[in-house]
Amino acid sequence: MCLGVPGKIIEIKEQNGLLMGKIDFGGITREACLAAVPQAQLGDYAIVHAGFAISLLSEEEAQATLDALREINDLDQELGLSLG
Amino acid sequence: MNQNPPIPPIEGPLCPLPLRHDETIVLGHGSGGQMTHDLIQKVFLATLGRSCLPNGNDSASLALPTTPGRLAISTDSHIVTPLFFPGGDIGRLAVCGTVNDISMSGAQPLYLTAGFILEEGLPIQTLQRVLLSMQTAAAQAGVQFVAGDTKVVEHGKADGLFINTTGFGWIPEGRTIGGEHAQPGDVILLSGPIGDHGIAVLAARGELGFEAEVESDVAPLNHLIAAALQAAPHIHVLRDPTRGGLATTLCEIALQSQVGIWLDEDRIPIRPTVRAAAEMLGFDPLYIANEGKVILIVPADEADAALTTLRAHSYGQLAERIGEVRRDPPGRTLLRTTIGGTRVLDMLAGEMLPRIC
Amino acid sequence: MRYVQEFRNAQLVRNTLNELRRIVTRPWVLMEICGGQTHAILQYGLDQLLPPEIELIHGPGCPVCVTPLEQIDRALEIARQPNVIFCSFGDMLRVPGSQHDLFSIRAAGAQVRTVYSPLDAVRIAQQNPDRQVVFFAIGFETTAPANAASVLQAQALHLKNYSILTSQVLVPPAMHAILSSPARRVQGFLAAGHVCAVMGYWQYPPIAEQYHVPMTVTGFEPLDLAQGILTTVRMLEQDSCEVKNAYTRAVTYEGNRPAQAMIEQVFTVCDRNWRGIGLIPQSGLNLRPEFAEFDAEQRFQVAHIQPQESPLCIAGQVLQGLKKPADCPAFGKQCTPQKPLGAPMVSSEGACAAYYRYGRTISLNSTSQP
Repeated sequence: MCLGVPGKIIEIKEQNGLLMGKIDFGGITREACLAAVPQAQLGDYAIVHAGFAISLLSEEEAQATLDALREINDLDQELGLSLG
Repeated sequence: MNQNPPIPPIEGPLCPLPLRHDETIVLGHGSGGQMTHDLIQKVFLATLGRSCLPNGNDSASLALPTTPGRLAISTDSHIVTPLFFPGGDIGRLAVCGTVNDISMSGAQPLYLTAGFILEEGLPIQTLQRVLLSMQTAAAQAGVQFVAGDTKVVEHGKADGLFINTTGFGWIPEGRTIGGEHAQPGDVILLSGPIGDHGIAVLAARGELGFEAEVESDVAPLNHLIAAALQAAPHIHVLRDPTRGGLATTLCEIALQSQVGIWLDEDRIPIRPTVRAAAEMLGFDPLYIANEGKVILIVPADEADAALTTLRAHSYGQLAERIGEVRRDPPGRTLLRTTIGGTRVLDMLAGEMLPRIC
Repeated sequence: MRYVQEFRNAQLVRNTLNELRRIVTRPWVLMEICGGQTHAILQYGLDQLLPPEIELIHGPGCPVCVTPLEQIDRALEIARQPNVIFCSFGDMLRVPGSQHDLFSIRAAGAQVRTVYSPLDAVRIAQQNPDRQVVFFAIGFETTAPANAASVLQAQALHLKNYSILTSQVLVPPAMHAILSSPARRVQGFLAAGHVCAVMGYWQYPPIAEQYHVPMTVTGFEPLDLAQGILTTVRMLEQDSCEVKNAYTRAVTYEGNRPAQAMIEQVFTVCDRNWRGIGLIPQSGLNLRPEFAEFDAEQRFQVAHIQPQESPLCIAGQVLQGLKKPADCPAFGKQCTPQKPLGAPMVSSEGACAAYYRYGRTISLNSTSQP
C-alpha cells in the first residue's frame, strides 16, 4: 500500500483550520495537507500520500544512503566481484 | 400599364442579420428547417471555409486518384471531456484522429466527413471555436470536408458536443502495411514521448486536483509518415498508440503478427513532467493515451534512415528506437526494465484508475 | 524526479545484489508486507534478479484486498441511495462485493466518484450541500492520518453531509497473525516504509524478538528494496533478530508524532475482519464516539449485511503467503483482472493481479535470445 511520492513544498498556507501546502513533484503541482509536518519550510521535500504529507524527506539521509550503497560498489571492485 | 420589376426567386424569408454570438444551440437548430439551414451556412460552412467542398446536394461525388491503388476508409467518434484542453480540443482531435488512422495503412488522407451531435444549450461561439480548430487541423493535414451532418439533442444528452469523422484515403499499389506484418529482426521506432495527451486531459478535467505543464500532443501525422515511407519504403507496421497506450498497442501487434516484441524501458521517451504526474497518481505511462505519436516497425536495414527522417520532422524530433521484434515468445510483449529484469506487458484491463497502494 | 530516480540506479542495484549473492549461504524466506512493494518488485522484475536462495512471499499488505466483504457490501448499499455521492480511491472501484462492485452500480446510475485524497471528498461535500457525501476510508496506518484529517476538516467546517465508511487496518497485529501461524515459513520481514514513516518502527522490536524474525524498514524503489533484502539477509546469516531501518530518508524510530496524534484523536482500535484471513483482534480502527456523527455505518444503518464470498477464491492463503497466485485453480481462468473473483486480483497491489499483469503465467526462462 502506500503510494507516497516526494515533492518540494512551494507554498504553505492555512485553510479551514488545517495547514495546507502546494507541492511540486517536478512540473506537476498539487495541494497537500501539511498538518503532520508543522515544521515544514518552503523548499523542504515531503513524502505525499493521498494528498497528505506523511513525513518530510531528509536530504542528508538520502545522500548518506546513496553514499553507503556506492561504497558497496567500491568494495566489490576491490574484491574483483563486479559482474555488472 | 405598369411593368413591375421581375421578382427574384425567393427560397423563403431570409434573415439578413448574422447569428448573434451569445446565441446558444436550441432544438430548432436540428429540425432541418430554416434554423438548420442558417446554422449550416453561417456557422459550419463559414467557419470551415476553404477546407470544405460543399455543393448543397444530399451526397458528395468525388473522383478517386487515377494512380493504381486501394481506398482506405476509417471512422471514429469523439466524446472527450472537457471540450478544450491544453494543446487541443475535440475538433482537432476529431480531424487528427481520423487523418492518423487513415495514414496508418500507408494511405494518403484525402477527404473527411463530419457528423455533429449538439447538445441543446451549447453556445454557438463554442461551436465556432471547435470548427475553426477543425479547419486549421484539416488545412495542416491537407484534407477537405466533403459531407457533414448535424443533429441536436436535449440538454443533458450529449456532454456539449459529440463529433464523428470518417476519412477516405488512397493506398498506392504495392504497399502492404498492417499489424500482421511485423517480422523477427524488425526494429521498433517511436516518434516521440508518450503520455502527454492523457495527462493533459486528466489535468484539464480537474477531478484529481493537479496542475501540470503538459499539453496534448494531438497532431496530424500524415506528412511525417509520408516522409518516413520515402526514406524507408518497406515499413511493415504503422500504428498510433491512442487509448490503451503504447503497451496495449504493441500487445495487439504482437498478437496479430504472432511475434515476440521486446522493449527497452530506458529507451522509451517520456517527458519528466508526464513521468512525475504518472508517479504521483499511480499510473503507468505505458498505458496512457497519445494522439500525436506513431509506432513504426521497420526492417532492420531501413531503421536508421527512418529514424533520421523522423527526427528531421517537427513531430518526430524526439523519436527513438525503443525495441525489436523476435520470433519468441510468439504473441507476447516484454519489457527489459531499467534494472535488468524482464516484465511481461499485458493489454490495459478496463479503465486506468489512480491508486493509493 | 528528485529523490526517486537516484534510487532506480541500475548499477547500484546490481552491486547491491552482487553483495547479496556474496553473503548468502542458505535458503531464506522473506515477506514484504506492503502491496506497493509487491508492485515494485514485479514491475522491475527484481525477484528474477535475486539469488535462487532467496524466496519472496507477498504478505497481506494491500488494504484493498483485505477490506472485509461486509464493508464492500455496505459501501454498495450506501452508494446505491439516490441522494448519496460515494467517493473512493480508484483501487476500490472494481473490488467485488457479494454480488456487484462500485463500477457496476455506477453504470446503473449510482453517483460514485474517484478521488485522489479524502480531503477532495470533503470539498465535494462543501460543493453539494443537498447531497450526502460518503468517503470509503480504507487503508493502513499510512492513510489513517489523511482520513482523520478529512473528519477534522469536516468538523471545522460544520459539515452535516460528510461521513466516512471506515475499514482501516493495522500492520503489527497482522504480523503477529502471520508469524504465529503454525504453517508460517517467513523468516525475515521487509517492513512497510510508508506505514513506518507515520508510525515509526518502535512497535517491531518486541515482535522481532518474540518470533526471532529480523526486520528491515524498506522503501519502494528498486534500490530501496534491494537494500532492504540485503540488510535482512545479513541479519539472517548472522542469526540476529534486530529491526533495522533502510529507509532513513523518510522514517525515524518514533515516526511522525503529529500524524500519530491525529490518528489518536479521531480513531480508536477495534477488532477487524480481514478478507480471506478472518478476524484479527485489535487490528482495525474505528471512529471515536465523539466523532460518531461522521460514521457512515451509523448514519446509513447498514450494520446487518450478510456477505457471501466466492468459493473458488483462495485469497486468504495467498494473502498469508501460504500459496502463490499461480497455485490457485481459478487463476487466469475464472479469475482474471477483467472478471475478478476476489480482491487480490483487483487491486493493482494485489498479489494475484500483479502476478497476472507481470506475466508469471509463462516461464520467462524459455524465451529465446536472438
